[in-house]
Amino acid sequence: MANYSTNEFRSGLKVMLDGEPCSILENEFVKPGKGQAFARVRLRNLNSGRVWERTFKSGDSLEGADVMEVSLEFLYSDGEFWHFMEPDTYEQYQADQKAVGEAADWLKEQDRCEVTLYNGVPLSVQPPNFVELEIVDTDPGLKGDTASGGSKPATLSTGAVVKVPLFLNQGDTVRVDTRTGEYQGRSKG
Amino acid sequence: MNIRDEAKVEVTAPEFDWRPAASLAALQDRAAGLKWLRDFFSDRGVLEVETPLLMSSTVTDPHIEGFSVPFSDHDRYLQTSPEYAMKRLLAAGSGSIFQICKAFRVGEVGRKHNPEFTILEWYREGFDHFDLMDEVELLVGGYLGRGDVTRISYAELFEEYFEVNPHSIDDVALTNLARSQLDTDFKDATRDTWLDLLMSGVIEPQLARRGLVFVYDFPASQAALSRLTVTAQGDSIGQRFELYVDGVELVNGYHELLDAEEQRRRFERDNEQRKQLSRPPRALDEKFLAALDSGIPACAGAALGVDRLLMLACKSKSIAEAVSFDWVRA
Repeated sequence: MANYSTNEFRSGLKVMLDGEPCSILENEFVKPGKGQAFARVRLRNLNSGRVWERTFKSGDSLEGADVMEVSLEFLYSDGEFWHFMEPDTYEQYQADQKAVGEAADWLKEQDRCEVTLYNGVPLSVQPPNFVELEIVDTDPGLKGDTASGGSKPATLSTGAVVKVPLFLNQGDTVRVDTRTGEYQGRSKG
Repeated sequence: MNIRDEAKVEVTAPEFDWRPAASLAALQDRAAGLKWLRDFFSDRGVLEVETPLLMSSTVTDPHIEGFSVPFSDHDRYLQTSPEYAMKRLLAAGSGSIFQICKAFRVGEVGRKHNPEFTILEWYREGFDHFDLMDEVELLVGGYLGRGDVTRISYAELFEEYFEVNPHSIDDVALTNLARSQLDTDFKDATRDTWLDLLMSGVIEPQLARRGLVFVYDFPASQAALSRLTVTAQGDSIGQRFELYVDGVELVNGYHELLDAEEQRRRFERDNEQRKQLSRPPRALDEKFLAALDSGIPACAGAALGVDRLLMLACKSKSIAEAVSFDWVRA
């Protein structure tokens, strides 16, 4: 990978720091008039998610990290790995539990996800902001009650549990905002 | 479909944008500000001068790089400040003088830095750095309408924040202190690097809440072109000050060094340091040294970043909002 000098540090640039792949969030040029120039840099460690601030001498360089953001189609989970495919090349990738994390609650077959690859291996998976999933288990609906504000827990096909209105039943499909885990509406699908 | 795509908005990248980042109001404030500054000095009988932007030599400062400009057989340099030329005028008997001009420094780009910037520089005969701080207070406090001013020595500042004497602390303790305050992995840092790092990385951000702060009497190793003296505590210091406004370094002032031989030694020491930093040594400005040798009157001088002053006046976060076209848009 190429080396990047502090004056090339831009938000979004992926670099290696202390052996960890990082994304640069912010780079501030700091220099007392007569004194040395520094770069005060905020980075996110892409492995741990932790944000840290490091001061470099202006002109120091870091090795670029082989990190790519790709849009992949989710194929299936075999219980241990989640399998994804690049729809144009059919190239397949497997993501482990650590990479998938909480996204596992929202992965539906054939949905497109933003996957961060590090050295060609998924490092993190971001589900679509909105997904449509089928209710596989919920208390039976209450006849006639279609308007009251009440809600009940429903288990979706992925295993996620969300609050849904009382009138929805097993077999219905709902639209959920994956960022908040909130029910958005009933889907006609 | 992925809804996230809908949030993307078309924005022209600044390097392709023909428009200024500064508002029309900021440009009007700038014009009024320049007039205000000129009036301030003419009211005090200080003569406005102009000196060349393209000089035949440049500064030896280890951490300042001048742009070189080809000219027939001999490169010229865009000035990094008008200091040497103005001191030659002082030696020629100009009396107190001021100048508002452009200065240029390679590589200094950031929120508070533009490689081409407007500088106000002035020299007052018979002043020392404390007299000059009084005048800076009138000028900056007056322009910004601010009275929240404090003065604190460099030593007191380090005492306050780190409970150490920055002049006498030994190198190992200083290194450990800096490492405990900031995440860095410098391997070849000098004493001044650690001091600069603590100043700009730890203290400066905290000065943001303290209004106008004059910091004076810097370590002798950072005396630059100021006179050296020894304090009552026995610390060797340079008679220099910096004014920080809301944590932004705005003015740098010296009780000016008059001794040509001492000046030459400092230049040579700068060049030694430049070699260690793998930077080209610079030919000394012999005309400036000759002027010092012929004698300049006792004086104090200061340089003020005009773009920063205007940025502070319009409460902008970035210098780009105070100049018509910043470096990226130029």
